[in-house]
Amino acid sequence: MSFVLYILAALTVAGGLAAVLLKNTVHCALALTVAFAGLALLFLELDAQFAGFAQILIYIGAVAILVVFAILLTRGSETPKGSAYSHSPLVGLVIAACVFAVLGWAVLHSTAQLPPGTTSATPTVTVADIGNALMTRYVLPLEIVALLLTAALIGAVIVAMHEKEGSR
Amino acid sequence: MIEKADQIFVLLGHWLVSFLPAALQQPALVLLAVVAIIVTFPALFAITVLLERKGLGRMQNRYGPNRVGPYGLFQPVADGIKSLTKEDIVPLSADAVVHFLAPVLLVVVVFMGYAVLPIGRNMTLVNLDAGILFFFAIGASSELSVFMAGWSSRNKYSLLGAMRAVAQMISYEVPLLMSSLAVVMITGSLNANRIVDAQNQYTYGLPHWYIFTPWGFAGFLLFAVAATAETNRSPFDLPEGESELVAGYFTEYSGFKFALFFLGEYVGMMGISGLGTTLFLGGYSAPLQVLGFVPSWAWFIGKIMLSMCVFIWVRGTLPRLRQDQLMNFAWKFVLPLSLLNLFVAAAWRFMGQGFLRWVVCSAVLLIAYVVMARVGMKREHFGPRSYRYAE
Repeated sequence: MSFVLYILAALTVAGGLAAVLLKNTVHCALALTVAFAGLALLFLELDAQFAGFAQILIYIGAVAILVVFAILLTRGSETPKGSAYSHSPLVGLVIAACVFAVLGWAVLHSTAQLPPGTTSATPTVTVADIGNALMTRYVLPLEIVALLLTAALIGAVIVAMHEKEGSR
Repeated sequence: MIEKADQIFVLLGHWLVSFLPAALQQPALVLLAVVAIIVTFPALFAITVLLERKGLGRMQNRYGPNRVGPYGLFQPVADGIKSLTKEDIVPLSADAVVHFLAPVLLVVVVFMGYAVLPIGRNMTLVNLDAGILFFFAIGASSELSVFMAGWSSRNKYSLLGAMRAVAQMISYEVPLLMSSLAVVMITGSLNANRIVDAQNQYTYGLPHWYIFTPWGFAGFLLFAVAATAETNRSPFDLPEGESELVAGYFTEYSGFKFALFFLGEYVGMMGISGLGTTLFLGGYSAPLQVLGFVPSWAWFIGKIMLSMCVFIWVRGTLPRLRQDQLMNFAWKFVLPLSLLNLFVAAAWRFMGQGFLRWVVCSAVLLIAYVVMARVGMKREHFGPRSYRYAE
């Protein structure tokens, strides 16, 4: 447990908390970005370069931007007048606790999944290794994900096109 | 002697830190390199701004700045002092924290990109295994700062500019990545140094730069288009189109914050030129073997400045696109071509040495280009534009 890890953890948790507690939706989205960045830095701290950079590229470069776009294009970024919090905090608490329990269980049991004889907690995996694995052993899941994403993309285009067809 | 000139900055750095105790030497060397980057590129920015104002002036039949110093050479100094001493105005309704953070984030992000670029032989700040990925990841974060600037200003022009900028940057990021991917595929590495090394070889005194292959040439052109759009440069400067949006997302910025946006834009342009140089133009390698005596860093800086001149030239030449043209161009022309270019690069890799692959690859790309351009133009009807909503 290094000192850097504590700083990054604090940053990530602070970002996450701010995303939940702030009132202005755009501020929440920006705070969420801080949490994403903290996670990416955690990956980098663990020497997982590819995961870290992919986290930045996808979550900060794409997901955060999409979140922000969705906020601006739909409800407006005005601060709600009343309480911004949920009316049923108990349900949310139960769901959060369940998710936390599952994740915690997975993390605590992850050491048992390691091949015997592993000494270091972080195996050295280069980007080339990940590429090789994706193109050989995991090529079928990769293709399935690609197909799914293409279908989603076409679906989105069809939803967007509908209005244009009618006006012609 | 040639070796000394080539490695002068590396040797200088080592000499400077040799006065320090051994434990501090490594951090001091890194610090020195960071300071060097932070000093060098803003200096180049000043030169570029002067060059742009002079060059654009000449292209538009006027003189450009010629009052400060001989031939107006000290204009950047005057500009710098002016922007430092100007009042910093924050609009009353602006979101002060986000408004302040946006230019800071932009400048930080833009400088971070230089960390992985090989500026000369042994002159890469961090030799990352996934350097190219790092550059793109960091570049993607600059979209966020543009959005923050536009949203926090509480100005409709700013917001419109930011929305345009983000939409444009997302659209052109895809072809930018796709065209770079061909190089990564051929080299088999995401490491910037490995990519330069692969191009730093000569046959008959001519270099092995990727731009001198059919897929590399097409890839470079696509990369250049996408990079121009990605940096919001003319003819893709709709996010800051003066005639429509005042200054787009940084309308409400004044004084030094405005200067920071300006700096961020130009340093970002240089960074992406540096990436294009690394990927397609052989990085720091000399264009001819006989010119190998010129230091490697001089070639890199020279290639960047040449790209800046092309940026200026294009800005002085082409009119601004319309928003729908911009999007159509990205999704219906640049993206399909860059996808095809990936296949062509793969074919090039597996067709082996010989004359045949030159013919096949060039023919495929050329035919695709002509057919797509013809089909695209046929659908385009010239004449008065019909508006659906605006009338």
